[in-house]
Amino acid sequence: MSMVQTVDNIALLPAYLAAGTAVLVLLADLLVARARVTVSAAALGALATAAGAILVGGGGERRTFCVGADCSYVFGGRAALVAVLVALLTLGVLGLSGPLLRAGATPVGEYCFLLAASMTGGVALGAAGDLITLIVALETLTLPLYVLVGLRRGSLASIEAAVTFFVVSVVATTLSLLGAALLYATTGALHLGRLGVLFAEQPELLDIPLTTVAVALVVVGLTVKVAAVPFHAWAPTTYDGAPLPVAAYLSTVSKLGGVVALLAVVQHALPARTTGPVLALLAVLTMTVGNLVALRQRRTVRLLAWSSVAQAGYILAPLGALALAAGRTGDARAAAYAAAVAYTVFFVVLELAAFAAVVALRPAGADGGTLDELRGAARRRPWAAVGLALALVGLAGLPPGLAGLFAKVTVVRSLLDGGAGWLALVVAVNAVLGLAYYLRVVAALWSTDRPAAVPTDPTPAAAPTDPAAATGPAVTGPAVAPAEPAAVLVRAKPVAAVLAVATVVALVVGFAPQLVLDLAAR
Amino acid sequence: MSGVVGQVLLVAVLAVPAAGAVVVAALRHDRAARLVGTVAAGLTLLAALPLVTGGDAGGAGTDPSPALRPWHQVDLPWVPGLDLRFHLGVDGISWPLVVLTALLTLLCCGFTLWKVPSGGSGRALVALLLVVEVGILGTFLALDLVLFFVFFEVVLLPMYAIIVGWGGPDRHRAARKFALYTLFGSVLLLVGVLVVVTAAGTADIVALTGGTGLSRGPQLAAFTLLALAFAVKSPLWPLHSWLPDAHTQAPTVGSVILAGVLLKMGTYGLIRVAVGVAPEGAEWAAPVLGVLAVAAILVGSLVCLAQTELKRLIAYSSVGHMGFVLLGVATLTGTGLRAALIGNIAHGIITGLLFFLAGAIKDRTHTGDLANLSGLRETAPRLAGLLGFAAVASLGLPGLAGFWGEAFAVVAAVQVGGPLWLTLAVLAALGGALTAAYLLRLLRQVTHGRASSAVARLGPGVARAELLTWAPLVLLTLAVGLAPILVLGVAQAPVDALLPGRP
Repeated sequence: MSMVQTVDNIALLPAYLAAGTAVLVLLADLLVARARVTVSAAALGALATAAGAILVGGGGERRTFCVGADCSYVFGGRAALVAVLVALLTLGVLGLSGPLLRAGATPVGEYCFLLAASMTGGVALGAAGDLITLIVALETLTLPLYVLVGLRRGSLASIEAAVTFFVVSVVATTLSLLGAALLYATTGALHLGRLGVLFAEQPELLDIPLTTVAVALVVVGLTVKVAAVPFHAWAPTTYDGAPLPVAAYLSTVSKLGGVVALLAVVQHALPARTTGPVLALLAVLTMTVGNLVALRQRRTVRLLAWSSVAQAGYILAPLGALALAAGRTGDARAAAYAAAVAYTVFFVVLELAAFAAVVALRPAGADGGTLDELRGAARRRPWAAVGLALALVGLAGLPPGLAGLFAKVTVVRSLLDGGAGWLALVVAVNAVLGLAYYLRVVAALWSTDRPAAVPTDPTPAAAPTDPAAATGPAVTGPAVAPAEPAAVLVRAKPVAAVLAVATVVALVVGFAPQLVLDLAAR
Repeated sequence: MSGVVGQVLLVAVLAVPAAGAVVVAALRHDRAARLVGTVAAGLTLLAALPLVTGGDAGGAGTDPSPALRPWHQVDLPWVPGLDLRFHLGVDGISWPLVVLTALLTLLCCGFTLWKVPSGGSGRALVALLLVVEVGILGTFLALDLVLFFVFFEVVLLPMYAIIVGWGGPDRHRAARKFALYTLFGSVLLLVGVLVVVTAAGTADIVALTGGTGLSRGPQLAAFTLLALAFAVKSPLWPLHSWLPDAHTQAPTVGSVILAGVLLKMGTYGLIRVAVGVAPEGAEWAAPVLGVLAVAAILVGSLVCLAQTELKRLIAYSSVGHMGFVLLGVATLTGTGLRAALIGNIAHGIITGLLFFLAGAIKDRTHTGDLANLSGLRETAPRLAGLLGFAAVASLGLPGLAGFWGEAFAVVAAVQVGGPLWLTLAVLAALGGALTAAYLLRLLRQVTHGRASSAVARLGPGVARAELLTWAPLVLLTLAVGLAPILVLGVAQAPVDALLPGRP
């Protein structure tokens, strides 16, 4: 075997572009030192990455870093989908960051650089063909986030969130790495495809206890990244303490990364017979606990965090159904993987829209605040409120959020195809639990009542301004500061654009879900 | 009428109210928006009426499948990956309900021209009413199981918004209860529908009707899930407890739509989807369904006897009336299904009228307490007269619309025979007597006696808008009562096709 490999640079082009973006941002910050230029460089880089991924992905599967038939980097349809999603979501999060960066508590250069670095990890992740590349890519995605979460100067909650996230995530990575090492010890393979072939050809490998431990460690390590119960506890604290755009990034790109990593391992490498029951159990726990705890949340971002925990359960469910699909056709299994991917795509679009709307409804640079602070928000910012309502209704899986409805239909369908009727019922009942808290937020947006303690308010416009003034630097109430709304609106332009685009995308994929289903099945 | 015209009308029935809702929401001027909404609702009714012509109501349609022969249909692919086709069609089972929905929505929209309930803006209310109409009509017209589910879900949130936005003092709790109960039903519907789709490999209701595509196991599972789902919507005792709250707290137009047609989505679904797709499952579960239906009749009437609030009483009466409809379905005989269909229509007309009248009385007296409403006949004779008419129709007086559904549900149960069904028939008949008892009690309390302080202030007049709204319902009550063939004529063939070899 030759020691010199030929490297297919075209397959690596999206990753080059993403990494180049990070360097460009660093240079721009160093040489020009103007916030606008730095952010623009990051945005352009993200767009270029997405374009590159579309170009390369359109040309069929490309493999590189191969040893024999096993390749460490496989840029196919799904990798392209992941890379495009990551790049576009990063672009969206950049758009949401305007108010935060202008508020001045966050260094612009570092912020954009870290986002671009994280994006690089996400772009490479989808193409990872062996366990080491996979874990390194996932860590490249996660590592900058530890800093991003704690980047807000002078915020204790932010630091606390960062430390929680850091500790949990590092432990998870350690577990995954240990699992990968043990797998290597028992099978002698690290490439996902090779592992899959080995387990298929030598079922006796599974009888070695060490193999089971290794499989369990890898799966557990990765489920921490998707915040599945019982490895979810970091998520609410971290989301709530992080700046809003970073929380948006955590709940979209970071969650997508976890799902992609888990999917790669479960689909190609590990035997469904072992991972299936574990994932089914985790799915049930995740959605049920997530929804039940979300019912009791009073803070907006915490509620979204718990809801995204619950949503991870819906994503895991089709993977869990594979336990019962062991004797079934490859079609049913492919459908289950495609269902998980499709649900994830629907979910990240709706989640980005939800966070964009929260950013738009909150004072510049503020945190998510409590639900009471959103009361009557529809009067001040009707369009942003409509955006939030649509996104939440979509997450609940009801029309007019057809995207969410079809996402649920896809998952339930794949569960029934896989013969997991009971799991389908659990998903269904959880959807009812979910509606209970999503409705509470939506109802609060249009509420004309003051918070419970105060009786009906004769001048509803004044109600929301009191809490906003108490917590945020900018006063949003038009009645109080007539000069302020114009300034807030101008500042929020990119935010409004992100909200509008995400909402339109959600509506389009709602009416034409086949687009997503086709992409997910590739 | 050529096939293309029928297809255009079918699509128009959904597209017109949908476009109307968008325009109404976009218009700034409130009254103009309400007018546009009313015109849209009117056009929808005009598009729905001619659907009855041109189709082959007698039998031999173009489709080879014997169990379901739509008069007109539209079939377009939508999401092949989920077996979802945009497949609409209308036949004798769905057409009367389609017309009833279009009519009641038109009356409600027209009513808002005259009076907008306090709460939100009038145009938002009209837009929501039109969206609800799209959902209900889509449910009645869908010939694809997944599409049926999608439309079933469309209704949920707009109705929630109507209750929350324009409802009574306890509206938040009532609306949340409505939303959660109904969603619970519809997620079961989702699972049931997908059980059928995965087992049969198609979602086409035309192909599935008659149960040819399904073996016994999936049929039983599917029927259990679907029947539960529709039982929540109908509602069937003991899953009814969302109904009284929602009906009582909703604004008048909301109550009319809720009781008039929303509940029919449940019974229609039970006939078209549950019985149609899983007949073996239906046969297996029929006794349970029958017992629950009779329990609903008895519980509904007994609870009504103890009610002291006008709207709540009418709301609870729906539980009893829908019990008769469900009893008719449970017999799985031609007589029973026809009784269910006409009972559906009659209940929609009469209860719609009752809720309009109750709303009018509550708006005038600001109370719904029966004890405070005595002597209505003294000060508002026309209102009291209309209420009397509607109540008598509701209790099932022969010659009025309510009679046929209730009487023939009992007849069908007797026809089935056997100790169980005979007992059920006797108990249902007893329930019918109780129905008469509580409605007469209502009349005695509201119309007779000395005028209470709230009633004494009333003027005798009834606004012209109100008369215009109520008149079609009064006339239809008489028409369906005197000539039940209006509904049964079109329903004869499809019901016979659905139940081959049964009386």
